[in-house]
Amino acid sequence: MLTLTCPNCGVAADETELAPGGEAHLKRFGPGASDDDFEAYMFARANPKGIHFERWRHAYGCGKWFLAARCTATLEVFATYPAQSAAPPEAVLAAIRARRPGWEGRS
Amino acid sequence: MSTRLATGGRLIDRTRPLGFSFDGARLRGYAGDTLASALLANDRMLVGRSFKYHRPRGILASGAEEPNALLGLGTGARFEPNVRATQQPLFEGATATSQNAWPSLAFDIGILNDLAARLLPAGFYYKTFIHPRPFWKHLFEPVIRRAAGLGRAPREADADRYEQLYAFADVLVAGGGVAGIAAALAAAATGARVILAEQTAHWGGRAPVDGDRIDGQAAAEWVAAALARLGAMPNVTLLPRTMVAGVYDHGYVLAEETLADDPAPGHARRRLWRIRARRIIAATGAIERPLAFAGNDRPGVMLASAVRDYVVNWAVSPGDRTVIVTNNDDAYRTALALLDAGLAVPAILDARPEATGALPAALRARGVRVEAGRAVARVLGRGRVRAVQTCLQAGEGAVIDEIPCEAVAMSGGWSPVVHLWSHCGGKLRWDEGRAMFAPDPARPPTGADGAAMVIAAGAASGALHATDCLRDGHEAGRRAAAEGGSMPPEAASPAEAPHAEAPAEAPLMPVWRMPQGAGVRLAAKMWLDFQNDVKVSDVELAAREGYQSVEHAKRYTTLGMATDQGKTSNINGLAVLAGAIDAPIPAVGTTTFRPPYTPVVIGTLAGEARGAVFQPLRRTPIHGWHEARGAHWEPVGQWRRPYCFPQGGESHADAVRREVLAVRNAVGLLDASTLGKILVKGPDAGRFLDMLYTGVMSTLPVGKCRYGLMCNENGFLSDDGVVARLSEDTFLCHTTSGGADRIHGWMEDWLQCEWWDWKVYTANLTEQYAQIAVVGPKARAVLEGLGGIDVSAEAFPFMAWVEGTLGGIPARIYRISFSGELSYEIAVPAARGLELWERLMDAAAPHGATPYGTEALHVLRAEKGFIMIGDETDGTVTPQDLNLGWAISKKKADYLGKRGQERSFLTHPDRWRLVGLETLDGSVLPDGAYAVAEGTNANGQRNTQGRVTSTYFSPTLGRGIAMGLIARGPERMGEVVGFPTLDGRVVQARICDPVFYDKAGEKQNV
Amino acid sequence: MRYSGLRVIAEALTGHKGWKPVWRDPAPQPDYDIVIVGGGGHGLATAYYLAKEFGQKRIAVLEKGWLGSGNVGRNTTIIRSNYLLDGNEPFYEFSLRLWEGLEQDFNYNAMVSQRGIINLIHTDAQRDAFTRRGNAMILNGADAELLDQAQVRAMYPFLNFDNARFPIKGALMQRRGGTVRHDAVAWGYARGADSRGVDLIQNCEVTGMRIAGGRILGLETTRGFIGARKVGVAVAGSSSRVMAHAGLRLPIESHALQAFVSEGLKPFIDGVMTFGAGHFYVSQSDKGGLVFGGDIDGYNSYAARGNLPVIEDVAEGGMALMPAIGRARLLRIWGGIMDMSMDGSPIIDRTPVEGLYFNGGWCYGGFKATPASGWCFAHLLARDEPHPTARAYRFDRFLRGLMIDEKGQGAQPNLH
Repeated sequence: MLTLTCPNCGVAADETELAPGGEAHLKRFGPGASDDDFEAYMFARANPKGIHFERWRHAYGCGKWFLAARCTATLEVFATYPAQSAAPPEAVLAAIRARRPGWEGRS
Repeated sequence: MSTRLATGGRLIDRTRPLGFSFDGARLRGYAGDTLASALLANDRMLVGRSFKYHRPRGILASGAEEPNALLGLGTGARFEPNVRATQQPLFEGATATSQNAWPSLAFDIGILNDLAARLLPAGFYYKTFIHPRPFWKHLFEPVIRRAAGLGRAPREADADRYEQLYAFADVLVAGGGVAGIAAALAAAATGARVILAEQTAHWGGRAPVDGDRIDGQAAAEWVAAALARLGAMPNVTLLPRTMVAGVYDHGYVLAEETLADDPAPGHARRRLWRIRARRIIAATGAIERPLAFAGNDRPGVMLASAVRDYVVNWAVSPGDRTVIVTNNDDAYRTALALLDAGLAVPAILDARPEATGALPAALRARGVRVEAGRAVARVLGRGRVRAVQTCLQAGEGAVIDEIPCEAVAMSGGWSPVVHLWSHCGGKLRWDEGRAMFAPDPARPPTGADGAAMVIAAGAASGALHATDCLRDGHEAGRRAAAEGGSMPPEAASPAEAPHAEAPAEAPLMPVWRMPQGAGVRLAAKMWLDFQNDVKVSDVELAAREGYQSVEHAKRYTTLGMATDQGKTSNINGLAVLAGAIDAPIPAVGTTTFRPPYTPVVIGTLAGEARGAVFQPLRRTPIHGWHEARGAHWEPVGQWRRPYCFPQGGESHADAVRREVLAVRNAVGLLDASTLGKILVKGPDAGRFLDMLYTGVMSTLPVGKCRYGLMCNENGFLSDDGVVARLSEDTFLCHTTSGGADRIHGWMEDWLQCEWWDWKVYTANLTEQYAQIAVVGPKARAVLEGLGGIDVSAEAFPFMAWVEGTLGGIPARIYRISFSGELSYEIAVPAARGLELWERLMDAAAPHGATPYGTEALHVLRAEKGFIMIGDETDGTVTPQDLNLGWAISKKKADYLGKRGQERSFLTHPDRWRLVGLETLDGSVLPDGAYAVAEGTNANGQRNTQGRVTSTYFSPTLGRGIAMGLIARGPERMGEVVGFPTLDGRVVQARICDPVFYDKAGEKQNV
Repeated sequence: MRYSGLRVIAEALTGHKGWKPVWRDPAPQPDYDIVIVGGGGHGLATAYYLAKEFGQKRIAVLEKGWLGSGNVGRNTTIIRSNYLLDGNEPFYEFSLRLWEGLEQDFNYNAMVSQRGIINLIHTDAQRDAFTRRGNAMILNGADAELLDQAQVRAMYPFLNFDNARFPIKGALMQRRGGTVRHDAVAWGYARGADSRGVDLIQNCEVTGMRIAGGRILGLETTRGFIGARKVGVAVAGSSSRVMAHAGLRLPIESHALQAFVSEGLKPFIDGVMTFGAGHFYVSQSDKGGLVFGGDIDGYNSYAARGNLPVIEDVAEGGMALMPAIGRARLLRIWGGIMDMSMDGSPIIDRTPVEGLYFNGGWCYGGFKATPASGWCFAHLLARDEPHPTARAYRFDRFLRGLMIDEKGQGAQPNLH
């Protein structure tokens, strides 16, 4: 039973309050995009065993989406941050490096 | 003969005798007894039969690790199978029955399996019953299945209640032995919120039985004083009879509390605790291991610690003469307890070459025969122990002498209970000196912050001796409070741990087989897993056959897979495996520890979520009216909607027919409150909806309605509904009943995560409004009857909406139609929904006042060729497939799903597309039927060319009508295609226009 | 060594000392014609059929742990072919036919037990959907029957038929569905492959792929470099990680799924049953344990363990369906990692790297597919063309829009 702290309302929420939304920081490709770009946006996923940047919605709480950096192997949470982030903020990356010195960055 | 001693028994209350029954025999025990101690006190040595060979089984242990004493308890709706007698407190009137024996426990026909045991070694079934193939299904498996299982399955609905509680703790201590108590004291002193849970009804664990002294007091007195202190602290919650079942991610703990064995009516039987703890202390103790000698499964052979428990706690003698067999000093305590109770210990067989410690010396001083280097060669007796034959541990089993006895107390050393440490990934290390797997503090389970969330303490961490155990518990408590609490332990917690006085113990000697040189004949009588009948010879066979991974050996032999999950057998089994393949024990490793620690009743996990509370119903404001009128219900998402309103003895089909005709000819009322209603507001609302819908919404004039389609990014249709523009920057989007929450989430996803700079606000108003559709040629007259709003064709045209006061109720009316008739959908505040409904029914009385349900709604829309999400769509259908191109903007650069729809398969001309279907004989085409084409494909599949999506009897037309998706359908009007049905017929139907009624659309526009 | 009842009797007379190891423990050769990565059910079946049906030689299976330690060792043992869509149904029907005869084929009793599977119907809409499914099954040569309430009641009288919330109105039944002793499937295939010369190499983890000029040359492993002309990857639960060695990003997310077993009870549920109103299904094993399954947790996870929300969901669903089981006990709850594909259907295809082939994305339906998955993957590896029943399981179906989406949920793996 994960606990994630919603950065929008500050509540440390049980996972039963939350709805998972898959990989974060995907760039949308719409009309005019190549087949490959559209396929990658829609279907290709990093799916790392390790640090994963992902989307969550505080569905049974404030209703807001947010992002989390979480290890999919140990389920350790490094940070949660606003959904309105095109890439993980530097503070989030620093929090990860502090606890995982050998981390090689986003795959 | 096992019997009750005249005096003693620290847990029983001899002033409170209790009556109970076992297999029909009336027996007596005392308050404080367990079912097991009461059975032993009544000389019930034989309590069950093993799973495979149906060998007689007696009580082995005194706690959660018991593999044998599993009983049925209770009757009827309170019958519970597989109750572990060692954990079940006795209560007045308890009805216990034995399991897995026929015709009776004493004379069980299944014992034939035991006689054939040589033919039935581990995994024999994988090698036989292969030919001929039908024999498995019709002969072998039915026989095997009949023999399966232990207890009878309960058949009646569980009569008891269960409840659940949430709790939060800085420190959760699992285990109320002295280590757990010391930990709780140390942590609680800092002010940390502490929960102390103990699986039994008694505190102190083994210490009071072992007779040690703590801080100068008898252990039992120290425990009582400590509990009194803890009980007085407001920051401490004490939970006896609460088994911590599992540790889950981020410090989540499940625990099962037994509230009552025989609950009063209405009172809960058990309670599930869901505890979020910052730190968890696993002070779960250790479990004694049996020794593997021939005949170690005979009733009367028990764990040494259990014998001690029965004597000291319940004043139960396992027999006049008990032989002790051990590889360690601790078992000598059992000899002392027996002597103190006035019972005889004919011999202590100690497998170690020397037995010179303080405890052996004490026994020798009391005149007990202590034999070092000695082992049990064989236990004599069948239904119960008669004698043991002794031999040299170092030898092959040559019998030295025979010692008559009624019981054998065995000890092969102790295994820490590492389950809670392991559930979330804590790793173990092999402690060579003490021959045990213990938690490796360097590799703990980690929590959300990456730090260790479980601390093992006391015997569970490998600290077996009372002094170490207390110090370890104390330190764990201080550390947990420092990490999980809010105050540093230095502030309040004493630095000094409680101190125990207990004799020093000499090291044990690992003994995995007794005697060490025993051959296969003896090995085939040495039990490892008592319930599943796995013997030393079975593990050796698995190793010989190449099942050499510990998981292979476990799965091949079923070792440790019984209801005790290998608590007494796993370590012994893997040590035997290690010996057989000549590998060190740590290289073999353990199997995975999975929750729960001991089995949890399913009722506890379900809690109150039963009956009406299982997935609670959503009700519209008019639900009660429908119910009172005998509506036949249909589940729609979490809602329930009237399917139809049968009158008198009317069939459902007749009711639907009447309702449809009423709408077509006069007027009908539909409760449409479940329809999703989402408000979308803001300067960018139009732009946003243009992305969400395939059509253009930004051009919709205020005061008007427009039908819209929503697709997912794959391009497939996901929802539809009418959008009304309420003001320049405000839209109300109707969704399907089942789709409201999903679509609202979908909108928020795009607004928050993609177009977060767009100024749009959404609100799901579904439950704020009741919505009623008044439909039919007389609809206008009904609304006029209420008055207040001009509903004339001129003032209020089709696809417009108006706001006002209808019959005194503030209302917004949409002139939209899902039936092809003149139709008004009236939205009012939910609280006034029933009032409006009743007013409308009154106003409609002159015209028949027909409420109609979802089936009539479906028929009406199908007659008009309107699609329904979920019927015409299944997540693989595009709007283009449904000929809805008119609702897709050709001009827009982008909308959700547009790029997906451009992919080659989605633009293929052969796609199945929407058409109408009419059977040649006017019958109703069966639902779910496929249209077949000639021949078969490469896989031998019958070629198909389409399928039915909606099919009804049309009362309006007096024949069956249907819609379906047919390959290139719209190009094939008039063609006849065949639909095979499940009952083997083929129904012929002609492809036609899906609009069966009022093709010109005149009736809705009057 | 051939297994039979007579052999068991003969061995009993000599204390079972004559049994030979079920498989060898060979050291890896420097190179092979075909290397299968993954010694789970699908990998072992692939090797078996490559050797037996496709005449291939010099084959190795590399397994990072113990044979059968993947999802073949931790599933709910159900076999069935009650699929809806054209891309799936012929494949699963092919698989079911291979199950029927598998034990005679590999001379190992895997307890293939066709006691039937029913999908309960609670609403009219469900009846329509299951009727459609039944029709699709029959047109594909499978068996299907619609049962009414009385027929279901005759089979399982203790179900809560009149549950006001979700009354049971009938069921879709496939009589040929059932269960199989899951570990025995891995062992039977392993033994069969080994006896045909396949090297089964345990404790050998792939740590890299050697690729040059767009072609696979072999694998870096914890037991050294192993050359290969062709490499087939069948590593459920690790697909994305292993294929990342080739620089590929898959249409897959890995999620944790739990399963549950109760204490042993005397038999009362003969076949497999699925509840139509919650994600819950149950069967009873030959040992008497009720085997339950539930839903995935819904977020990416490689932590193969359980979680409370799904446990509760399953307990509640179970009690809603069978109110008597409140007093039965859950004995063991375990988790496995499901490689959830973006449309809920699997992939058996070539990759852009020449000589590298992929089999994965089975979501939580891989066990029943084991024989056909092995056969079709062997077909692809040996002949370089897809087996007819697996032709739809290609990578480019996403790009072309030809997804095989049984549930119609779109590109959301946690909803399949």
